[in-house]
Amino acid sequence: MTFASWLALVIAIVVAAEAVRWLRHRALAHEHWRRFFRHPTAAWGCGILTFLVIIAIAAPLVAPLDPVVQPDPVRLQNHPPSLTFLMGTDVFSRDVWSRFAYGARISLGIGALGAFIAVALGSLVGAVAGYYRRWVDGMLMRLVDIGLALPRIFILLMAVALWDRLPFAWLAFVIGLTSWFGTSRLVRAEVLGLREREFVVAARALGARSSRVIFGHVLPNAAAPIIVSAALSVGNVLLLEASLSFLGIGVAPPRPSWGNMIADGALSLYTAPWTTLFAGLAISLVVMSLNAVADGLRDALDPREESS
Amino acid sequence: MLRVRDLKTYFVTEHGRGTARAVDEVSFDLYPGETLGIVGESGCGKTVTSLSILRLVPEPPGHILPGSVIEFEGRNLLAIAPRELRSIRGNQIAMIFQEPMTSLNPVFTVGDQIAEAAIIHQRLSRGAARARAIEMLKLVGIPDPEQRVDDYPHQLSGGMRQRVMIAMALVCHPKVLIADEPTTALDVTIQAQILELLDRLQKELGMAVLLITHDLGVVAGHTDRVVVMYAGRVVETASTTELFERPTHPYTEGLLAAVPRVNAPRSRLHAIPGQVPAATAWPVGCRFHPRCPYAWDKCVAQEPPLLDAGDGHTARCWLVIEPERRQGTR
Repeated sequence: MTFASWLALVIAIVVAAEAVRWLRHRALAHEHWRRFFRHPTAAWGCGILTFLVIIAIAAPLVAPLDPVVQPDPVRLQNHPPSLTFLMGTDVFSRDVWSRFAYGARISLGIGALGAFIAVALGSLVGAVAGYYRRWVDGMLMRLVDIGLALPRIFILLMAVALWDRLPFAWLAFVIGLTSWFGTSRLVRAEVLGLREREFVVAARALGARSSRVIFGHVLPNAAAPIIVSAALSVGNVLLLEASLSFLGIGVAPPRPSWGNMIADGALSLYTAPWTTLFAGLAISLVVMSLNAVADGLRDALDPREESS
Repeated sequence: MLRVRDLKTYFVTEHGRGTARAVDEVSFDLYPGETLGIVGESGCGKTVTSLSILRLVPEPPGHILPGSVIEFEGRNLLAIAPRELRSIRGNQIAMIFQEPMTSLNPVFTVGDQIAEAAIIHQRLSRGAARARAIEMLKLVGIPDPEQRVDDYPHQLSGGMRQRVMIAMALVCHPKVLIADEPTTALDVTIQAQILELLDRLQKELGMAVLLITHDLGVVAGHTDRVVVMYAGRVVETASTTELFERPTHPYTEGLLAAVPRVNAPRSRLHAIPGQVPAATAWPVGCRFHPRCPYAWDKCVAQEPPLLDAGDGHTARCWLVIEPERRQGTR
């Protein structure tokens, strides 16, 4: 660790903490967001996520070394954590902390992109099925049933195996394409209720076309469950990416992702646990934080829960 | 202006237990500039009639039978393409709904919602749309329109929301306004204000209004002609004064007798016995006969057509041709 990267790390922690403090302060003005921060875990989750996102964005600043460079494969192999190597080195003598920071970029990036695709597609399918009902609904929901019945990792294995080396964005895309089924069911249920509301008839009476009614009137009213499901999806996609990378078909080495960092360190788990520990911890933390944030959002966005 | 002929809107009930004939051969005309009232109890088909005009009846389970005609400016609204229909909805024919609480979208500001029809039909820019919304709020008598335009529906009272609904309906200066029980959900003083507002706007904008209500008091003060509906049928049409002076159908008679009066000696309010039968099983013969004080065997055997009682007054009752029978019972 160089002085500059230590400094950047400290700044990242301070910025994350301050960001949460500022959000919390702003939240006091709105009863909804006050409800969000009533969960202590939601505030923590928020802080951890902010910190990791900052690390991901500022990876070149916080990482002292290139994540793929091997400084000394003989003497620095599996070096334990120290002041120079914050998280130690792995079996190829690469700096685990640098790989962790750059890995955050890829893992969180795939998580966000994949979840975005999943939620967008799920909302679209759910809204169309719920709004049009009848055979449209029947067909789309049977498709969803099939999607939910097949083991997802198996579909992914097949899809990914078709390409030799999948570019990063495509990986996110493929994961997103197999992750929307749950969201679409949720949105459909919500839309089924909303479509019977009078303001939907009122919008049609104004001459709005179906697409305007669906996207302009129905979906915005389903925003709360969609946002919550988006938060949960990020965690799911992240876990999927990790599993795929662990199996060796996700992010192609030597580029680091938290998943393939675990895969790389798995062989020396007993002799050099730090090679897997930090990436594993990060994945768990992100998923837990997202769940906590989703819980908080659920409470904050639920119109039925009145202010207290 | 608006010509409805033989409108039949049926609903298929669940589990195939039968067809609910909610609106059955309803015909009436709406002339430019007039206010036509449609009255009847709940379940008579008033709302379904109004929804049918703009083809807003949910399908399934509802469907409008072929042979029905809803003619607006020479075009049959039941036969035109969806695209053409959309250009009429909200633009030429607009609608106000019963519940101002649920008919506004909770997640948008009232300004956005008022401007929506103008954006759809006239492709106004955001700025122009906002200015129009403020202008409309002013027109419907909402104080501080510049502030209110950014309010959400839950920040307004019921009366205010109904004014917003009216503003929404009138943005494009429609030629016909369908008001489906616009005051039912409001308290009496607000009701009066909203009805006066509708009267004023009708004169200012020169529209024809179809006012649907179950309240004869509303009919008396605010309509030119009245259509009385019972059990999915038109049972009587007349000008408003004629109807109140000379109610012909026993159902209309009963409705009028049921209105509490300020100047009459106190007595028990009159009530029509029984209730509207289920739309899946209308009585044979005259649909009102089980509740009619004058009914005789002819009423059970055969349903009367709309019979002319003179001066554009028609009633679906055999009493029109056998008036002497009216004396008998009451």
